[in-house]
Amino acid sequence: MTQELLQYLFSGITNGAIYAVIAVGFSMLYSSTELINFAHGEFVMLGAMGLVTLWAGFGLPLPLAFVLTVFGVACVGFLFERTAIRTVRKPDHIVLIIITVGASIFLRGLGMLIWGKDAHSVPAFSGHPPVDIAGAKLLPQSIWIVLIALFCALMLHLFFRKTLTGKAMEATAINKKAAWLTGIPSEKMILLAFFFSTGMGAVAGIIIAPITMCSYDMGTMLGLKGFCAAMLGGLGSLWGSILGGLLLGIMESFGVGLFSSSLKDAIAFLLLLLILYVRPGGIIMAKDTKRF
Amino acid sequence: MTQDRIIYGIFFLVITAIGFAVENYYYLQLLTIIGINTLLALALNMLMGYAGQISLGHAAFYGIGAYTTAILTVHYNINPWMALPCALFLAVLVAVIVGLPTLKLTGYYLGMGTLGFGMIVHILFREWSSLTGGASGFVGIPPLEIGPISFFPARNYFYLVWFTVLISFVFCKRLIKSRMGRALRAIHDSENAAKAVGINTRNMKLEIFVFSAALSALSGFFYAHMISFISPESFSFLVSVKIVTMVVIGGMASIWGSLLGASLLTMLPEWLHSFSDFEMVVYGLILMLVMIITPQGLTRGILDIYERSRTTKNKP
Repeated sequence: MTQELLQYLFSGITNGAIYAVIAVGFSMLYSSTELINFAHGEFVMLGAMGLVTLWAGFGLPLPLAFVLTVFGVACVGFLFERTAIRTVRKPDHIVLIIITVGASIFLRGLGMLIWGKDAHSVPAFSGHPPVDIAGAKLLPQSIWIVLIALFCALMLHLFFRKTLTGKAMEATAINKKAAWLTGIPSEKMILLAFFFSTGMGAVAGIIIAPITMCSYDMGTMLGLKGFCAAMLGGLGSLWGSILGGLLLGIMESFGVGLFSSSLKDAIAFLLLLLILYVRPGGIIMAKDTKRF
Repeated sequence: MTQDRIIYGIFFLVITAIGFAVENYYYLQLLTIIGINTLLALALNMLMGYAGQISLGHAAFYGIGAYTTAILTVHYNINPWMALPCALFLAVLVAVIVGLPTLKLTGYYLGMGTLGFGMIVHILFREWSSLTGGASGFVGIPPLEIGPISFFPARNYFYLVWFTVLISFVFCKRLIKSRMGRALRAIHDSENAAKAVGINTRNMKLEIFVFSAALSALSGFFYAHMISFISPESFSFLVSVKIVTMVVIGGMASIWGSLLGASLLTMLPEWLHSFSDFEMVVYGLILMLVMIITPQGLTRGILDIYERSRTTKNKP
């Protein structure tokens, strides 16, 4: 029994780390632009597909393929902001929602054109055998996923706390106009937020690629789940999003293991409703501190 | 009021004429689906356009209408016209239960709450396979009939749906002009101000939510009996988004905008079929472009462009 529970915990943490990375991307964009990007899941898909092409297809070394994919997807995010978001004349919530939904359909269609309708797969990052802990198997890919997720979170944390650019971004997030008055190029900061957010999406796609089938329509559900995770922990908070992601992953894995696999997708949304009714600010967020 | 009556009269004549003129089965069916989608868009427009409460889960009510009538007529052999009140009642019940806590939220949070609700209902349709047929869908829903008149022929169904649309238009227009309609628009502009002048905003929002849910369920009922086959994919998150898009593209707070939005978004995929693999890309692009160029929706946007061109022409 403990062996099974441990196994659920491992797979929960693995999935949770991926949700966490997606959630961080959501949160980051929300805190600096108040925009919920429904196309975020599609950037995750682009990340996974980019790795399929560059690593498995072109045979580039893994670290190079990783960096190139993240950079490439972030550039797509950059273009997205320039062409579709910046040009909106009346940036109303609902208008922006529909534009990002339009973008998500567009990117999905593009993914289908480039990579076809078939699913692709890539091997794990390293060929080590699974580690045996108290009878439960821990895949090396899971360790990679958790480590990369933590590394990204730590890097972002340091970026926002220690660098001037990070602080300028935070200032823009708190008040765009005030930041602009103090000489911060707030438009550039928003662009940077898009760049980082979509880059995080790509990272999530890359680390999930070896443990799932990659196809052009994989992004939608992942995006929505990541979104639930962000709400759960606290939209707009870095460590809140990580916590929300891990919590969601673990709950999902235990729900599937102990009750029924048909529940899997429902758990995220049940948690979303619960948190909205009970504590709309998320688990760790006080009502007025909604920043990184 | 008289002006409205003339417009309804014209609308009535247009429906009748189209019903007589169109012979092609495919076109009649397409037009009927436009009618069903118009009902849906109208339902959401009452909630979103007038009361300002966004819902990203309206496909759930649409699905509840369709699945209730499907289950009652196929599993229990109940007459469809008896199943209709049951479907409406269930939608109303669910709307009250969900609406009470959800409508306290505002802005994005309301959108997310309704999104979560819509996803859960969709998953229920997919996973409760003993009742709903699961992912592969539900077949053999009987066609509608009243006494000797069968609505199986496409033309009869066309009339049934479009006259329902006409009646709903009249009803909604009257509702908007009533005390409740004014209260809803007050809530749209400022909920606090509405509260301050004595409007019970909580009940008002709940009432319009329930009304909207019932109207969506009605269109689900029509959809199920027309296609005679339903599957969970017809009520997914993307469908909810599509309904929102119909409302926004047609024009928020505009009854005729619902008609325009529903017509465009129903016909667009049909036109795009010729693009085959490029269909999704073109669809996404059109969606983004329309929103970037005319963020108030096409009805308002086209009027604006027309007015601007007139004023620039008049300038010396």
